[in-house]
Parts: sequence; C-alpha cells; structure tokens
Amino acid sequence: MTDHRAVNLLRSMKRIRLVEETIAERYAEWKMRCPTHLCTGQETVGAAVGQVLRPDDFALSTHRSHGHYLGKGGDLKRMLAEIYLKGTGCSGGKGGSMHLIDREAGFKGSTAIVGGTIPLAVGLGLSIALKGSDQISCVFFGDGAVEEGVFYESVSFAALKQLPVLFVCENNFYSVYTPVAKRQPAGRAIHALAAAMGVNARHGDGNDPLAVLDQVEAAVAEIRSGGGPRFLEFETYRWREHCGPNYDNHIGYRTEAEFLAWKERDPVLRLEAELLARGAVTGEQVAAMTDTINEEIAAAFLFAEQSPFPAPEELHAQVFKQ
Amino acid sequence: MSRIITYAKAINEAYFQAMEQDPAVICFGLGIDDPKGVFGTTLGLQDRFGSARVFDMPTAENGMTGVAIGASLNGIRPVMCHQRLDFFLLALDQLVNNAAKWHYMFGGQDSVPITIRLIIGRGWGQGPTHSQNLQALFAHIPGLKVVMPTTAEDAKGLLLASIFDDNPVVFIEHRWLHNLEGHVPEEACRTPLGKAATVREGRDLTMVSFSYMTIEALHALDVLEKQGISCELIDLRSIKPLDWPTVFASVRKTGRLLALDTGPEFCSVAAEVVARVGMECFDALRQAPQRLALPDVPTPSSPSLKKVFYQRSEDIVQAVGGMLGRELSVAELEQQRTWPLDVPGEWFRGPF
Repeated sequence: MTDHRAVNLLRSMKRIRLVEETIAERYAEWKMRCPTHLCTGQETVGAAVGQVLRPDDFALSTHRSHGHYLGKGGDLKRMLAEIYLKGTGCSGGKGGSMHLIDREAGFKGSTAIVGGTIPLAVGLGLSIALKGSDQISCVFFGDGAVEEGVFYESVSFAALKQLPVLFVCENNFYSVYTPVAKRQPAGRAIHALAAAMGVNARHGDGNDPLAVLDQVEAAVAEIRSGGGPRFLEFETYRWREHCGPNYDNHIGYRTEAEFLAWKERDPVLRLEAELLARGAVTGEQVAAMTDTINEEIAAAFLFAEQSPFPAPEELHAQVFKQ
Repeated sequence: MSRIITYAKAINEAYFQAMEQDPAVICFGLGIDDPKGVFGTTLGLQDRFGSARVFDMPTAENGMTGVAIGASLNGIRPVMCHQRLDFFLLALDQLVNNAAKWHYMFGGQDSVPITIRLIIGRGWGQGPTHSQNLQALFAHIPGLKVVMPTTAEDAKGLLLASIFDDNPVVFIEHRWLHNLEGHVPEEACRTPLGKAATVREGRDLTMVSFSYMTIEALHALDVLEKQGISCELIDLRSIKPLDWPTVFASVRKTGRLLALDTGPEFCSVAAEVVARVGMECFDALRQAPQRLALPDVPTPSSPSLKKVFYQRSEDIVQAVGGMLGRELSVAELEQQRTWPLDVPGEWFRGPF
C-alpha cells in the first residue's frame, strides 16, 4: 500500500471524526433540529470505501450516513446546511440528517427505513448492467438490516443476475438499544448469510483501517472486472448514543467497560500511530492536517448557520417532477 | 387510424410502442414471459426485445420494487406488473417510503419514473386476498400518481403516458375490462394523466365513476334515459391527480352528484369526490351528494355473499331513483343478464 493512499485515508477519517464531534458539541445549541445519528468510532468503513470507489460509482446509505457521504466526496457545507434544515442543504432542507444526497459525488441518497436502500443499490447495479458501463453500485447498512426481508430479496437478485454491487455491512452489534444476541442466533455470521445466497462474502475488523482498505480494494477490483457482487462485513462500534450527541453507557443496555474496550481500539488514533511509526507522516503534518480540517468545518458551520431556511412556498414544490 | 381491439391487446401494444420508442424502458413481473403473458398483456415482448429488457422475476415484491426504483435513479424506465394487486401490498414499504417521496425529500433532484401495473377484479370466488380494490390506499400517499383506465383506448394512452411520466405511477386494471373491445388508435397515442373524460352528457345528475363501475354506469344510463332521466357520466381515468375542474363544472350544471367506486366506501375515492364537491359546489347542489361503493367488509368468496356485496347497474338506477324521489324499473337490466353475477360475461371461463 502506498503511503499516499494511507495518508488520504487518515485525512478522510479524521475529517469525519471532527465533523461528527463538532456536531455533538454544538447540538445542544438547538439549531440542528433533526434526529442525528453520529458515526464517531466507526469512521473507517465509510472513509475506506469512499476512497476506493470512483466519483461515478454509486453509493447509498442509511440513517447513520454522514461518514459514508463525506467519505464518498459529498459536499460538507451542503451536508451541514441540510442538518440545519436550510434551503442551501444538499436536499434543500426537505431531508435532514437522515436524507443526504450528492449526485456529483455519486452519493445517490440515504434513507431512514432499515434496509430500505439495499434494493435500490441492486437496481442501480441492474441499470449499470443494462448500460454496459464499468461502474459499481455500493450500499452501506448495519447488522439490523440483515433481519429485514428486503435484504434477502435484494442480495438474492444481485446473485441471480451477477450485478456489480458491493454490499457493505457495518456490524456495530446494536439495533438502537437491542444487542445482536437478542436478535440473531448465536454462532451465525452475517457474512455467512450472504455467502449462502451465492454472493462471495468476506469479513474483517472494521477498526483496522489499512486492512479494511485492502479488503475493499480487492472486492472493488473483482466487481469491476466482471466478477459479480461482493459482500463485506466489518465489525465496528459506535461510541455515542444511537441518535443524538451524548454518551449513553449509563442507561443500561451496554456497559461502560465494553465501550472503553472499543475506545481503546480507536481507528483514527490507530491509523495515525501506524503512519507516524513508519514515517509516512510527521507529527507536524498531522497537526497541520487537523488544523486545515477544523478550518473547513468552521467555515461549513458558518455557511449552514447563515443560510436561509426554505421559503414557505417550497412546501408544495417538488412533490412531482414536472 | 384506429381499429377495434381488446383492452388487453391495447396494453400489449402500449408496451411494444414504448419499448420501441425508448431503449431505457424495461419490464418485469412474475410470469411476464410465461405462456399466458399476464392475461395476454405481455405476450411477445421478450421475443421482440430480449431477456435483458423483459424478464420474469423472483417472488420478491418489495425487493423488486426497490430494484425498479434504483434502476430508475439512473435513467431506466421500469414497468412492473403484478397479476393481483394484493401481492403488491408486500411492496408498500418501497413504494411509500422510497418511490413516493424520493423527488421531494432530496429537494427535487432525482425522480422515480416507474410504472406499476396492478390488476384488481371481482367475482369468480377470488375472495378476500385476490380481488381487493385498494386504489384509495395509493391515492392517499403524496407523490404517487394513480390511474385506472376504463376503455381500451385509454388503457393504451394512459399506459404510454404513465411510462413516460417522470414520476411513480400506480396503473390499476380491472380484470373484467381485459376482454372489453373498443376503437384504439394504431399510433403511440398518449392520454394525459389528470384529465377526466365526459363519457355521456346529461342534465339531471352527475355520476363520477372510474374503471369497471363506468361500465355498470353505462348500462344504468340507458335504462335511466328510457325513464326520462338524463345523467352526465364522468370517467375519472386518473384518480390522482384528479380532474376537479371537470367534476365541479358538471355538478354545477346538474346540481346533483352520485359518486361511484369499485372499492370499500370508508375513505374511498368516492368519499373524497363527495367531500370536495360538498365544499366547493355547495351553492349549486340541489340535494345532498350520494355515493355507491362497497360495504366495509372484506371481499367475500361465495356467490350468495358477492351478490349483496358488489354494486351493479341495478343498484345505480335505484340510487338515482332514491335521489330523485322516483320509483324506477330495473327489469330491463335484470333481463339483460344472461350469465351468472360472478363473471363479467360468457367469455370468462376462469380459472383466474
């Protein structure tokens, strides 16, 4: 792996982390008036996939999509303006945090119904096959989505037609407050479900950034060369509450010890340490990288705050495409 | 040039012409390439356009609706079909949560140009889960268009218009109309969505109808005419958007409204028509508007229960008589029915 790619991955992961943590810090101002699902702690997968995919590849996501959107190249200002529900937001203020889109970056949309975008990614894969291009369609989802019927319907059809689809499951072990042990039988792996449906499936540690990048690169290369769909499952962990800016380890659905064990395995710090150790970056360079990102974030928040809300007449606009 | 063909053939012709006009049009559905070709409506398509554009699908209504939506986000125009509306209820998640709001919730960027053909019916013991008329359910969802053609010409024209509309369209066909014949233009005609047709002009009362009920209404109108009652019959064609100006203008002329519906009465299309006419045309109404729809019970299977469940032309005549305070004869209509009530005509031999 070239250092250049690893440093870009670090930059992307840091950027996602700092955006999420700034949202958490400022959420109490009550200006971001929508449910907001932060991905602090699970930045790796969105950053790595986004880095490997081309801008003309498609990606779709879930309620927890900030990292996927930013990783794929989505515009930060327009994302924050959307979370502020402003007319300049990426969805014109009609979507909010759970409905992000950036067509120029190939980010085709995120929605809030669990599993809801999985068949859309397969449909985009079908459109690619019909048009004969070498694009890839990627969808991010969590461990809860594999409990939805539509997951099976979608993966099965992608296998049947050998469509160029990359399924990416971030297994963070919780569906809101419900642990995976209460939802899925012991000893059954998510990636094994996909394999049983006829899709080449692999899994890995979602908090090991360079390993994730390798796995994504391999899968994307295989799909691009006509190998059909691929399924990747990465285990990772969200630090903050399911929805909102706080920590919630005290309320009783998970333990502080479990959280601390995952925090010890902070993927951003891990990658930074690895790159420092092998001399791919210097401490000064990392500090400069952080400063640059923070300046960008400050400017984006200012843009979002200063943007106007949608005009009242927007209520009736865009119900139908005219 | 027009010639006489069936409603099913008109649908088939619309497919052929849409797929010839635009390589982005694809179609799929369970059984689309089987020997029966969805009541004859999809016969020959795969031979002509190939299995990449015309294909059978897994029994996965929700997932495949999502596949259609996803493909449409990259310039494809999918046409899905389901041999019974009831099975499509499995896909309400994708239809309501994604297709209906994709354009709006992302600020008017991508849109979802998909057409979903659903077949409804009545009779032949189809019963509770094989003949539901749930058009009102779809019409209730902002962002969906709902069309229900009655004639063969409109079946073709509305299907072509639906396929080339940039929004999701739920296209509902009544099984009892598939064998109906009518003049249909040979060219790829498009009937605009949202425009009703005034099927018959009249003075005394406005009937607002759609789909198969328009056929029952036509039979009723002839008998009413002979008894000196002149009714105006409006066939909505599109349930949503609904052509309110045509409805209001007619009610303002006649002063009376009888709204007909093929579905259950509570929150029905007929209920909406009665409500809006009551609000907008109150000054012009000579009496309270009425509606004729199905009772609020699941669809029964037995012929003896269906007889009291479905509305027929006789019921329409009697409803008009009730509004006008007249005893009207339905003897002629009863004599016309030489076949059992649970089939559309002697041509129908089942099994579905």
